[in-house]
Amino acid sequence: MYHKEKSIQIKNSASALYNNLSVLRIAPRRLTYFTVVHANVVNTVSASWDGLNYSHRQLQSKEPNVATSTSLIMQAAFCVLPSRDLLVVSSQKGIQMYESDGSIMVYWHALDTPEAPTAQAVFARGISAVSDNYICVGVSSGAVLVFDIPSKGSNITLSEVLEEHKEAITDIASECSGSQECLANLVTADDGGSMCVWKSGEEFQLLNKIPGLDITCSSVKLWKGTVLAGYGTGQIRLYEAVTGILHAEVNAHARWIYSLDIAPFSGLLLSAAEDSFVRVWHLSMTPETNSVEIAHLHNECVTDTQICGAKFCDGDGYAFAVTGYDLSEIIRYVQS
Amino acid sequence: MSTRTLPLLFINLGGEMLYILDQRLRAQNIPADKAKKVMNDIITTMFNKKFLEELFKPQELYSKKALRTVFDRLAHASIMRLNQASMDKLYDLMTMAFKYQVLLCPRPKDILLVSFNHMDAIKDFVKDTPSILSQVDETYQQLIEMYTPLSNGEFQLIRQTLLIFFQDMHIRVSIFLKDKVQNSNGRFVLPISGPVPRGTQVPGLIRIFSCAGEELSRLQFKNGGNYSSALREGSFELFGDRVTKLGTNMYSVSRPVETHMSGASKSSAQHTKVNAAPNPLAKEELNLLARLMGGLEVQKPGSTDTGFRVNLFATDEEEEEALISRPDELSYGVINIQATKDQQTNAELAKIMGEFTESGDQSPSASSKGDDLLAMMDGL
Repeated sequence: MYHKEKSIQIKNSASALYNNLSVLRIAPRRLTYFTVVHANVVNTVSASWDGLNYSHRQLQSKEPNVATSTSLIMQAAFCVLPSRDLLVVSSQKGIQMYESDGSIMVYWHALDTPEAPTAQAVFARGISAVSDNYICVGVSSGAVLVFDIPSKGSNITLSEVLEEHKEAITDIASECSGSQECLANLVTADDGGSMCVWKSGEEFQLLNKIPGLDITCSSVKLWKGTVLAGYGTGQIRLYEAVTGILHAEVNAHARWIYSLDIAPFSGLLLSAAEDSFVRVWHLSMTPETNSVEIAHLHNECVTDTQICGAKFCDGDGYAFAVTGYDLSEIIRYVQS
Repeated sequence: MSTRTLPLLFINLGGEMLYILDQRLRAQNIPADKAKKVMNDIITTMFNKKFLEELFKPQELYSKKALRTVFDRLAHASIMRLNQASMDKLYDLMTMAFKYQVLLCPRPKDILLVSFNHMDAIKDFVKDTPSILSQVDETYQQLIEMYTPLSNGEFQLIRQTLLIFFQDMHIRVSIFLKDKVQNSNGRFVLPISGPVPRGTQVPGLIRIFSCAGEELSRLQFKNGGNYSSALREGSFELFGDRVTKLGTNMYSVSRPVETHMSGASKSSAQHTKVNAAPNPLAKEELNLLARLMGGLEVQKPGSTDTGFRVNLFATDEEEEEALISRPDELSYGVINIQATKDQQTNAELAKIMGEFTESGDQSPSASSKGDDLLAMMDGL
């Protein structure tokens, strides 16, 4: 179904962090941006579609005031809004927002870091754009920061702090089907596997809370009103967002899942885990019976690699890219 | 990231160090009483109360350079002496072994079982010496207290922090290559077969449910591997079967310790490039390090008839050759505090270190002390 294509070399190897790959497709310029985190550095590569031009850039995490130990980055992700695309970097110190090519930093938000290290780690993790003008970032305390993003310029403000989760946020996702009908358009997940479903607005509204079973939900997606969650036990579960009804349960991987992604136009799902496997699934909805089905399509094994990031490169799922711990390349697969 | 990583890193690396030294002491036919004294002295120093107090405080992980300095000191906490080349090799083996264990742990919390395997072995080394045994037991209690309440998510954060520490290390270890757990490019073999971790099901089943919660259908898919059900749970208590073999002693007199230095992979070079970047925080780190090391009492160099040198290589010539031919990019850049021949420098350094342990917390003038310490080290 898929075959391997030429890999893209990156300047540093990928660190073992959840969702450690972000992809931004820029059709008008026939370019795709990739971003991968290595400790306190973000490696970005801009790849031309003809495969001839690659340009690299590295961004460092910010250490504004006190020179204490290195500020490690937890995640870097592209956020696509109608008027602009931003690259958001979340670290132990705070949240940086850059223009999507990484050229200029447009915003910096510092986390409340204690003077001396505490038993509870402090960091920001979980990044997603929501509706037309918000970017949400999770924090280790369980809080979700909502930033209001103007259509241009750096007048970004912290609009709201959502405090529903009791454990560290792991991942955040917004409704990606493009459908305006969906009531819920944001899902946030935490270390205990609890998930909150929200409706964005001037004041975000909590629509539903799906309790966790003390199993980390490391990666989450929201598509056509269905929450897709990947867990530390290697399971994938599909829930109806607003009701919390469990549609399907898959014993998908033999180790901790690190990344899930959806190709919204085709309903393809990508899952990747520490077990070296990337799997492709197909989701189908039957509105009449209000049922959701999932079928397995394809496996790829990245030998001797614990995968930490896997993303589709386009909305149809024609191609996908993969990163692994200690690997200094982005591996690409294309449909045969 | 996680502020609870250092104790696990230290204890596991220390455990590996003891396995290797034990093997070398026996291979070199060091008299039993001397060998025992070395092991006892090192273990006593490792589990020194003051040292452990500092270690268990919430803190970020040290850099490789800083941690190497701690182990240098630890290795010299007895009448045994190690040359630079042997110390380098010892550290390579220790770190690659623990990297392997961390990577292969089926669940993040299994790192605690690995730690208990090391602790069990350390207990066995000192079982005839009640005073040290009680120190070890106390540390066990501390580990249990601190780590058993942690959630799986928090353990994964610890694991991710450790993996960042070990990032890009691909030194080839002969015993790993022979056992086929490491490839010739230095990367570890990650099997896609064997038992799944506890709490995980063998991949292959899709279950679809109705809105009322009844199972509507079951589908199977091919998982591409060869997995079996999980083994029984290991014990997280003071005693018990840990079940996992990770963290147990893999060396014996007939399986010598060797590393391959030739043809160091490109990734190692990459790793050290990041490491060699100017670290503006060196001063702060040295302050922390000095506090930690204040608890490590170094044995006064004994008279020449009690002290002896341990070689991690088969012959002295090999050791010399290893030192000369070690690729620059793999040098740990460690400041050998004991190697200084300058008596005055030595005295001043000792004074500064002593002052750190007395004062405890950082006084405003501590920063200038840090500068002195840094300058001293640069000058060595």
